[in-house]
Amino acid sequence: MHSIPGRRLIMGLFLVFLLLPIYWLVNMSFKTNSEIVSTMTLWPHTPTLQHYKRIFTDESWYSGYINSLEYVVLNTIISISVALPAAYAFSRYRFLGDKHLFFWLLSNRMAPAAVYALPFFNLYSAIGLFDTPWAVALAHCIFNVPLAVWILEGFVSGVPREIDETAFLDGYSFPRFFIKILVPLIASGIGVAAFFCFMFSWVELLLARTLTSVSAKPIAAIMTRTVSAAGMDWGLLAAAGVLTIIPGALVIWFVRNYIARGFALGRV
Amino acid sequence: MDKTVNQKAWFLVLPVFLVVAFSAVLPLMTVVNYSMQDTFGNNQFFWNGVGWFKELLDPSTDLGGRFLASLGRNLFFSLVILAIEVPLGIVVALSMPREGWTVAACLVILALPLLIPWNVVGTIWQIFGRPDIGLLGYLLNAAGFDYNYVSNDIDAWVTVIVMDVWHWTSLVALLCYAGLKSIPEAYYQAAQIDGASRWAVFKAIQLPKMNRVLLIAVLLRFMDSFMIYTEPFVVTGGGPGNSTTFVSIELVKIALGQFDLGKAAALSLVYNLIILIVCWIFYTVMTNAGVERKVQASSEPAVEPKPSVALKPVPALEPKEGVA
Repeated sequence: MHSIPGRRLIMGLFLVFLLLPIYWLVNMSFKTNSEIVSTMTLWPHTPTLQHYKRIFTDESWYSGYINSLEYVVLNTIISISVALPAAYAFSRYRFLGDKHLFFWLLSNRMAPAAVYALPFFNLYSAIGLFDTPWAVALAHCIFNVPLAVWILEGFVSGVPREIDETAFLDGYSFPRFFIKILVPLIASGIGVAAFFCFMFSWVELLLARTLTSVSAKPIAAIMTRTVSAAGMDWGLLAAAGVLTIIPGALVIWFVRNYIARGFALGRV
Repeated sequence: MDKTVNQKAWFLVLPVFLVVAFSAVLPLMTVVNYSMQDTFGNNQFFWNGVGWFKELLDPSTDLGGRFLASLGRNLFFSLVILAIEVPLGIVVALSMPREGWTVAACLVILALPLLIPWNVVGTIWQIFGRPDIGLLGYLLNAAGFDYNYVSNDIDAWVTVIVMDVWHWTSLVALLCYAGLKSIPEAYYQAAQIDGASRWAVFKAIQLPKMNRVLLIAVLLRFMDSFMIYTEPFVVTGGGPGNSTTFVSIELVKIALGQFDLGKAAALSLVYNLIILIVCWIFYTVMTNAGVERKVQASSEPAVEPKPSVALKPVPALEPKEGVA
């Protein structure tokens, strides 16, 4: 009744469609460059780890991962810590301009990164943050803070109001109630929101590339630049790509039931 | 709901307001400032009024021609991917296994493309589609198609569209799946008793229950495809020629490539305005739908949390206006 005829076949075909390109990337990352260019092989005939070895030993490569992780973690911390109180406010109170503020946040989540690339460049150069992880972390707040507010608002609304009232009757001050009672209650929600902030900051390239030049260059930018400069080192490119997929693939299992919620701005 | 009015809540919202204002309002002010001026380098600026905007919206000038052409391409692209991804997403959501470990496995695999950095998505398809080293390009050429996304406009378009379908259909599917899961078992039982056909169940129960998530899916897919940059840029670089140059790519070319601040700023503002309008329309529709849902929910109490009060939700079987 719930499903449609032939669903196994449809699902199977769709999953193959999703996995095939990824398999091809993984496949290429284990091939030598001569095997990639000379023959079409469905699996690596002379498997090699040389590309991975190069990435893990060459500082100009692995520093990219560290730079990316730095701004992603910074961004996640900033986003969650400013979004928590706001989510509580949106969930519990009505106040002047709340609906407009909500819409304004939504519109920022939707704003094209390309519009902000140049002004961000000027802004962060002017205040001396250009080419630091802080610049990218703050820039990514423009879409991650609204997202975190929405996801957390859903979770806070799931906490019964009576709990707040009882806590205040028991003499809890607001900050103490917030940290001791509310935060533990919505811990899973914070985890989900943190995951999505991490993810959206991790996948973004345009702003991250514009706001860095040398010392904070993210892995995504290193991938594009090296490829154009050094001719085509396909194996290395594939290996670098595989390594960027891993963080997402590792944590995806834990948030599998919340994925729709996170992408739908907490509205599902 | 019974929210209390409390203006002090602004203090709780203040950090968010400041952070977002710092990254949104300040830069936007710069954009407005630039859009009215012209520069000959050396930080010398001249007042240009609405000159850039006039040029931008006039297809006979170079700037206007490029902008309107990329806007047209972008709208076409958005419509095509919506037309493919929404039905496909619904079908995939309906094909989800019902229980067991396969559900989790399918969810994880579906979500995988969503979590790949956008430039790597581009890289994956760049590699996958190349006629010399990519499986797809190799097979297509072996099958007799003269496929090459670097030199042929249509091939480039197909590649970019298939890439987007690969990347984002899962999102639509996951959203629809979340919507489908919220339908109480009692609805299906009622439909079975009424002898409803498979198609009637879809039209009268599943589609109406999904329309809120579908709205969100369409909004997100429209917005994200309207500001797409990284993936086509990595695969085709906007080419061959200008055939896959979308608005964001054009904007970055003007702003960071030519450093034409005035033109880029004017383009940014118009671009942002379009997004804002579409966003507002969706937001209004969405909140109205939400209110409707709440009214409905309160008029049939205790149906959703307790599906055991079976057969009560039969009214839902009568197709709503506009759906049938």
